Amino acid sequence: MPAGPARDTSRLLMDRSEAGRVGAVLPACDVPAQPLPDASLLRDGLDLPEVSEPEVVQYFTALSQLNFSIDTNFYPLGSCTMKYNPKVNDEMAFLPGMANIHPLQSAQLSQGALDLLYRLQGFLGESTGLDGVSLATLAGAHGELAGMLMIRAYHLARGDTGRRKVAIPDSAHGTNPASAAMAGFQVVDIPSDKDGSIDLEALRSVAGPDLAGAMITLPSTLGLFNPNIVEVCQAVHEAGGLVYGDGANMNALLGRAKLGDLGFDVAHLNLHKTFSTPHGGGGPGAGPVCAGPALRDYLPSPVVAQADGEFTYTLSEPPSSIGRMSGFHGNFGVLVRAYTYIRTLGAEGIKAISGNAVLNANYLMEALKDTYYLPYDRRCMHEAVFSADWQKARGVSGLEIAKRLLDYGFHAPTMYFPLIVHEALMIEPTESETRQTLDSFIQALKQIDAEITDDPEMVRLAPHSTPAARLDEALAARQPDLRWKPKP
Amino acid sequence: MTLPGQTQPRLTDGAFQSHYIPNTPADQADMLSILGLTCLDDLFLDIPEGYRNPPLNLPGPLSELEIQQELAALASRNRPLGSGPSFLGAGSYHHFIPSIVKALVTRGEFLTAYTPYQPEASQGTLQVIFEFQTMVCNLFGMEVANAGMYDGATSLAEAALMACRVTKRDKVALADTLSPTYRQVIQTYCQGQDIQTVTVSATSPDVDETTACLVVQYPNHFGYIEDLAAHAAAAHDRQALFVVSADPTAMGMFQAPGSYGADIVTGEGQPLGIPPSFGGPYVGLFATKQQYVRQMPSRLAGRTVDRLGNPGYVLTLQTREQHIRRERATSNICTNEALYALAATVYLAALGKQGLRQVAELCYHKAHYAASRIAQLPGYSLPIDGTFFQEFVVQCPIAPAEVNRRLLERNILGGLAVSEAVPNAMVLCVTEMCSRQDIDALVDALGEIG
Repeated sequence: MPAGPARDTSRLLMDRSEAGRVGAVLPACDVPAQPLPDASLLRDGLDLPEVSEPEVVQYFTALSQLNFSIDTNFYPLGSCTMKYNPKVNDEMAFLPGMANIHPLQSAQLSQGALDLLYRLQGFLGESTGLDGVSLATLAGAHGELAGMLMIRAYHLARGDTGRRKVAIPDSAHGTNPASAAMAGFQVVDIPSDKDGSIDLEALRSVAGPDLAGAMITLPSTLGLFNPNIVEVCQAVHEAGGLVYGDGANMNALLGRAKLGDLGFDVAHLNLHKTFSTPHGGGGPGAGPVCAGPALRDYLPSPVVAQADGEFTYTLSEPPSSIGRMSGFHGNFGVLVRAYTYIRTLGAEGIKAISGNAVLNANYLMEALKDTYYLPYDRRCMHEAVFSADWQKARGVSGLEIAKRLLDYGFHAPTMYFPLIVHEALMIEPTESETRQTLDSFIQALKQIDAEITDDPEMVRLAPHSTPAARLDEALAARQPDLRWKPKP
Repeated sequence: MTLPGQTQPRLTDGAFQSHYIPNTPADQADMLSILGLTCLDDLFLDIPEGYRNPPLNLPGPLSELEIQQELAALASRNRPLGSGPSFLGAGSYHHFIPSIVKALVTRGEFLTAYTPYQPEASQGTLQVIFEFQTMVCNLFGMEVANAGMYDGATSLAEAALMACRVTKRDKVALADTLSPTYRQVIQTYCQGQDIQTVTVSATSPDVDETTACLVVQYPNHFGYIEDLAAHAAAAHDRQALFVVSADPTAMGMFQAPGSYGADIVTGEGQPLGIPPSFGGPYVGLFATKQQYVRQMPSRLAGRTVDRLGNPGYVLTLQTREQHIRRERATSNICTNEALYALAATVYLAALGKQGLRQVAELCYHKAHYAASRIAQLPGYSLPIDGTFFQEFVVQCPIAPAEVNRRLLERNILGGLAVSEAVPNAMVLCVTEMCSRQDIDALVDALGEIG
């Protein structure tokens, strides 16, 4: 139920501000006042709002109700793994013994936290078959950057300075090229073959002495498992390169295959996808890096090690570490949630995740493939990538279909990605949805297809029932308005 | 590793049914038959044989009751702040957090939403980002701010990279009073692009024509306020950018870096309503001048109108970002820390104009009270002469590790040892969370130890 007129969100905090209102009361100063520094160092004014506590709660609550979320809507956003986020995970991260510990207090005072991190390193190493793990990277792309810096450091340590190229398939995750570039590499695009797998011959043609490695998303962003993945890894290795695995799509593979077995040297995991930690409207995430024998020593610092002596666990720096990637030891609150999730599910539950996630995706794919064009008609993994080409030919785009889904109360699929599928609609249902939800979503997409015949203009102008109608993104970019400003 | 898990036979037969997965065995069988399959394993035949279904050596599942007990046991082996007086800061600070912050950030509509890629279904998150950008600009006295970075350290590292893009130079000068951790993160970020990092004196920084930026911390790693006007002049005289990492709480009292001519201001957002949480999740603050907006990393929310002419918000200037610009993007950052940008926004809304100043003043007066008392103790001194905010350096009569050990015997968490900079010195941090009684207990204990 949207907020009523008294809870209108159109006025921003600074518009609501009234001189003299306070939203929090602080204790009086219980020490004698001390001399202030030179007045030139002190500021005169601070433009923050003056609002009371009820206004703050009402304003932000009303804002929250303008969002779609997993708790309120089916959210089949491809490659984002929008699964249910268990509430117990949050509660465990908020325990005072977890949330209120200082990152620089001694290991002796943090044994519970370090023990948890050590165990989590073990779980993630076991799940990927890459048993060196650093939890210090704070999001997926952050893990990618760390992994690529590790590959760079590996080659340089061997005096191999000519390896400047990184092969990235066109079905890879979107951040990969930017991460490779940030680590100083030139990106070489590798096309997909007609089945949507990595074109092995194209890869072999660039696998020479200047190849540092490859960045491979498995399953790919087409939602497909590359049956030739072992050969792909071998081709990179034979050229002296190393293989990076983008673990964004690990929800499909948990307990079904291990990246290390397949030939990957290093990979990141997205705990905010596969391991159910909440996305929070765009973070926090956590992107631990898992490495096999070639790269383990290069992991970002710190890692948790088991030590002898008066306490058991300690933070340590891997011998050839690329260095620190973040201020402290990683997004601990996210790591506590992921630990809780893995412990709750156990090995059987972990395997049930991938089984049901892939089952749900294939169920959707099967039910929709007569209505929407399926460019790669083969078994999908955790997500199905359709094309709206058939609908486009009838005058309605994939974007417009996605917007129309919002009117049905469903979040849109990922649109126009991967780039190699025209009018792509990438649908990832996850394992945590009921068959009834999947059926109603299927029904909605079929209904929209019928609406394209009956009332195409209505679909083109969608959405009609969301808090905002279609927004003018071109205007926003042309005339950037990026902060509140006082009215002239 | 052996951890407890349910290894006993279950009371009822059948496959494991997780409470997070609605499909029952009957649902699965029905759905599989529609696909012409008989079991879940049939879905995974693209995985080469020999690599399929590897052993998975994880402990067995736990019930929610058992998991709560296990986590409570782990938590009990940590010492939380608040279980005794605490004087440790150095980049993560113990501040008061109003109850409404947690109440609002745990609302499912915020907590379980994705990045606002569909603006019509994400106006709440987008408007919060717009409010956050406004507040960060106002705190730092800057013209534009982004939607946030991972943390204070990575924010500063990205600022150094941005300065190299803007100036087309490849050397960054780091003040010797910068946090060693921040220095290490900058060095990690710079290694890929062969950017050189040099350490310069904070009292007379050597900035030359090949330097992209001068990087300083405000207050610095030891807690002191440096001469930002002189730093700005040193950078600008050589057409280098002036980059400042500022503590947002100090902004309640001290001049904004923008008023000294800073070109990029970053900061650790943790003090703004985010628990220390053993180092994360936090949020990085990042602001700059309008002229550099297209070189900024990370997301930006902008105000626009919808089809019906009503105001609304979208992610904008996305041609800077990785999903559009790919290898030519300003950064690879994608997921950032939106939920903690929300926490900071709620915190600043609640504290407001007066509250943030009060917090800053409480920290200032309490820290100075502590410093003046410690300075009178035999054997202790304040070796650095200068204006400080809530942290200051104390030179101890014995090694700081030993001081901290003996403070802990009295259930007091001491400061950060900085003996590499000043012999036998530690940085003590005093925030509004320390009562006069806590401070007096610290002073008494130091007196006994010394």
